[in-house]
Amino acid sequence: MKVYPGKSILKEIAIGRIQFHSKEEHTVSRESISDTKQEWERYLKAKEQAADELNTLYEKALKEVGETGAAIFEVHGMMLDDDDFNDSVKNIIEAQEVNAEYAVASTGDNFSQMFAQMDDEYFQARSADIKDIAERVVRILLGKHKEQNTDNEPFILVAEDLAPSETVQMDKSKLLGFVTELGSSNSHTAILARTMNIPALIGIPVSEEMDGMLAIIDGVEGKMILEPDAAVLEEYRKKKAESEKRKVLLQQLKGKEDITLDGKKIRLYANIGGIGDVASVLSNDADGIGLFRSEFLYLEKETYPTEEEQFQAYRTVVETMGKKKVIIRTLDIGADKQADYFQLGHEDNPAMGYRAIRICLDRPEIFKTQLRAILMASAYGNVGIMYPMIISVEEVIRAKQYLEEAKAQLDQRGIRYGEVEQGIMIETPASVMISGQLAKEVDFFSIGTNDLTQYTLAIDRQNAKLDNIYDSHHPAVLEMIRMTVENGHKENCWVGICGELGADTTLTETFLKMGVDELSVSPGRVLPIREIIRNTRINP
Amino acid sequence: MKTFQYVIQDELGIHARPAGMLVKEAKKFESKITLAGNGKSADAGKLIAIMGMGLKKGAELTVTAEGPDEEAAANAMEEFLRSNL
Repeated sequence: MKVYPGKSILKEIAIGRIQFHSKEEHTVSRESISDTKQEWERYLKAKEQAADELNTLYEKALKEVGETGAAIFEVHGMMLDDDDFNDSVKNIIEAQEVNAEYAVASTGDNFSQMFAQMDDEYFQARSADIKDIAERVVRILLGKHKEQNTDNEPFILVAEDLAPSETVQMDKSKLLGFVTELGSSNSHTAILARTMNIPALIGIPVSEEMDGMLAIIDGVEGKMILEPDAAVLEEYRKKKAESEKRKVLLQQLKGKEDITLDGKKIRLYANIGGIGDVASVLSNDADGIGLFRSEFLYLEKETYPTEEEQFQAYRTVVETMGKKKVIIRTLDIGADKQADYFQLGHEDNPAMGYRAIRICLDRPEIFKTQLRAILMASAYGNVGIMYPMIISVEEVIRAKQYLEEAKAQLDQRGIRYGEVEQGIMIETPASVMISGQLAKEVDFFSIGTNDLTQYTLAIDRQNAKLDNIYDSHHPAVLEMIRMTVENGHKENCWVGICGELGADTTLTETFLKMGVDELSVSPGRVLPIREIIRNTRINP
Repeated sequence: MKTFQYVIQDELGIHARPAGMLVKEAKKFESKITLAGNGKSADAGKLIAIMGMGLKKGAELTVTAEGPDEEAAANAMEEFLRSNL
């Protein structure tokens, strides 16, 4: 048994086997070889094994999801058998006298490029299939036979670091918790853990040997226990059962109103990062969605999502939520959220750089495509639009103009849309200072406490070294929030909090007394916050 | 040499799955079967190349079969296209 202390993201316990997520398998080195014949044989053997794997996957999928879902593995098998693909591998091995891994990776890159450049979306998406088969063969050549994510057992994900794009693509249904070596408590991995309501630890030295080992994440005390003794395991199983029991008690708050003891109705909303999170919004009985991060549509792709794609995603969420409010935040890309095709370039200080509304106002076609998609979805429910990273009244006026232009374009096409509330994120000190003027332009404010803390305290939230002084309870931050609420209310603007602080139960009472009208939290935090709202008296 | 024309009816065009089935069908014959359309052409036995043609609904396809069993090959391909694409 070994105990590793780390920084905890969520006070929950997880018990399960570790799956080590390694990036190495995507990096292939180019090595010279002399026996090209033997290298070709190596490839043929690996290819055969890959075909076997695909066959097994096909059979398994056939049983679980049926013919249509399984067909993809059959197609992968046939691509692997494709003459052009194999000739290319052979050519590279022989002409360049290089290792099979390199030949397969290069071939995969070339063919997937071919598909990526086609002008039809369906065929563009096939580039991922080519990459997938190439990676499968490379993994086998490297001797890493293990199939990731194929067994049915839930697991604890251990990795050196996780990029937002990786967490987006991950199958989250089997995830018990995260352990990473790098990253800060405000990274997007941490946000994902909070959204999923699963424990995560950072700052733990990880290694590939941990793969397959039994581990406990103790999010309450902030430690990971590797290969626990029987007694320790038993103790944690009990603790876990107790916390489950408390969750059951919280379930009784479902269907109850979010109203304080003295009768103020609070909008208790949930934050989501994709369509998949809607189920947990409903199961935790949130009144609406206070922050729908639209980035996933952009991060998951290799090129700009179309109006239709975006519309379908927004509509799915809006329709599912029925009459409940869904506030969609327009594209907040840049800084730590990058998509290659935006070609944002390197910045020395991306948090203060070219991001969010700044990109949107600078590239209005991308912005208007999104606005049209949101407007189209608004015909199906109750939609709000929220603009991020605002620092001036001018920006808000321009964003609103683009929305009007988007409406006019839809009018021309005869497409109907609903009434949408417009609001802004308050996440820069500048927006707090001029919140009185900004409030005249919009229907609501939503305070993004993560960035607001970072900019107010001048502390980079990605810098793990500064985690100890990154204090979101800092009086300056709390005063910023109070000021925003006061100025918003003067102009009949409702004010909410959608940052991590909104879910901080030690501050809920403080916020309610400040007059905060809305709290938007990760779905798993809705019921604990409801419990506090219902036990708080605003006016003593 | 046997040649015939066909216009793709399938909503998605020659997408992965039917392309795979088409390759299987083509490989049953000894004759060299070639598909041409959309300004490109490909050997009917090569899946990636066929998909690379990007044939959508409405695309005009010319199929050529050349070899000892060309008659049978062309008939089989036509039959396949009619019932699947």
